[in-house]
Amino acid sequence: MAKPKLALYWAASCGGCEIAVLDIHEKILDVDRAFDIVFWPVAMDFKYDAVRAMEDRTIDLCLFNGSIRNSENAEIAHLMRAKSKTLVAFGSCALEGGIPGLANLTTRDEIWGYVYKGSPSTVTQNGGTYPQTHSAMPEGAIHIPEMWNTVKSLDQVVDVDYYIPGCPPQPDQIWSVVEYILSGKPLPPAGSILGAGDKTCCDECTRERKEKKLTKFYRPFEIETDPAVCLLDQGIVCMGPATRSGCGALCTKANVPCRGCYGPPPNVTDQGAKMLSALSSVIDAHDPAEIEAILDQIADPMGTFYRFSLAHSILRRVQKS
Amino acid sequence: MAFEPKIIGFLCNWCSYTGADLAGVSRIKSAPNVRVIRTMCSGRVDPAFILKAFHLGADGVIVMGCHLGDCHYQEGNYKTIRRIPFLKRLIQGFGIDPRRLRLEWVSASEGDRFAAVVNEMTEEIRHLGPLELQVQQEEVLQPVEHR
Repeated sequence: MAKPKLALYWAASCGGCEIAVLDIHEKILDVDRAFDIVFWPVAMDFKYDAVRAMEDRTIDLCLFNGSIRNSENAEIAHLMRAKSKTLVAFGSCALEGGIPGLANLTTRDEIWGYVYKGSPSTVTQNGGTYPQTHSAMPEGAIHIPEMWNTVKSLDQVVDVDYYIPGCPPQPDQIWSVVEYILSGKPLPPAGSILGAGDKTCCDECTRERKEKKLTKFYRPFEIETDPAVCLLDQGIVCMGPATRSGCGALCTKANVPCRGCYGPPPNVTDQGAKMLSALSSVIDAHDPAEIEAILDQIADPMGTFYRFSLAHSILRRVQKS
Repeated sequence: MAFEPKIIGFLCNWCSYTGADLAGVSRIKSAPNVRVIRTMCSGRVDPAFILKAFHLGADGVIVMGCHLGDCHYQEGNYKTIRRIPFLKRLIQGFGIDPRRLRLEWVSASEGDRFAAVVNEMTEEIRHLGPLELQVQQEEVLQPVEHR
């Protein structure tokens, strides 16, 4: 009997999800034994044309990481959707836009204006050049993808069957999902989150929590924190209360606050708004001026609360005139 | 046709919704632009409701609750008094004028205050103009025009 076909693809990605897959160590040999890997740009030499030549829906499982921020990302997202029975948004970028999603705080023109012209280390000639999608050269024409103004998650472009959160998804969770798929047991309903828990990161954190009455916030460099006590109780903004469990609270165990990379908890659509709501519940002040003074101590709410999820938030991007 | 603001109002059951009812039965005239959604407490109003209201086309959102100390559930409006100013900062971060989100305390006996608040906010939003959120759907099919 033919082995099920597996594909992995990286769109607007850092490569961390690919490394996380390899971090299952020798179990990668079990994956190779169980699946026929038909497309994996980072590890194998198949080209786009090999995928285009396949019959639709012949790839059994496609793990798609990276967000959609240019025309090539979108084209391959549509291609993998057509050729795959099961398309999984793998990792934070595919699930919710991830770190590239922070580009939605600005515009492509502002980014290019800085990167290609305005940055202190850029020296321009003839006023500077922006990337051109089509360039005519003596040897022939060169085409590069069009970069978009707004970063999108995978499910904002194609239908997605399952989601595996994390930046990256933790290797033990990746293996547990692969193992489950290979077991042949029925999969949960389409749209489910796999490889993660159904509580918040706080549930896995080993620090001691007390009833919260917060009156002061600190930047992480401003104080020495007690490794046994909840970081939020000590005034460090930690995204644990608004982040899905599944990673084992690795960051708080390493004495840094949770950044929110496993995405919103169950039944939460907007991770940033939920964190804002959670902090508002536990800030201990009633006087408007006192409240404003405490809120002033939270630097960069947009970047902190929406660090991974901006592209998938309700408003998706900053309004720019 | 002149711009008519669409304002969503989240009113708490015990004070502000009752205050709005009082304005009604007292036949106090006020602008019809606020669409009222009743919640049991202003503390129930999740910031996601407000963001969703803007996303779906509201030009303004107002949250009304009991005066501090009078909350039917003791502490609900204390959470609101932190949540709404915090959310104003966040929507400003999103490029939305924070004057489009407002928090007011209106008690059950303040029918005329309800009407005054509604009229005032309607005029402010009329002055600010419609909130036309940029929709980025077109990029799925065509690239952004190259410059």
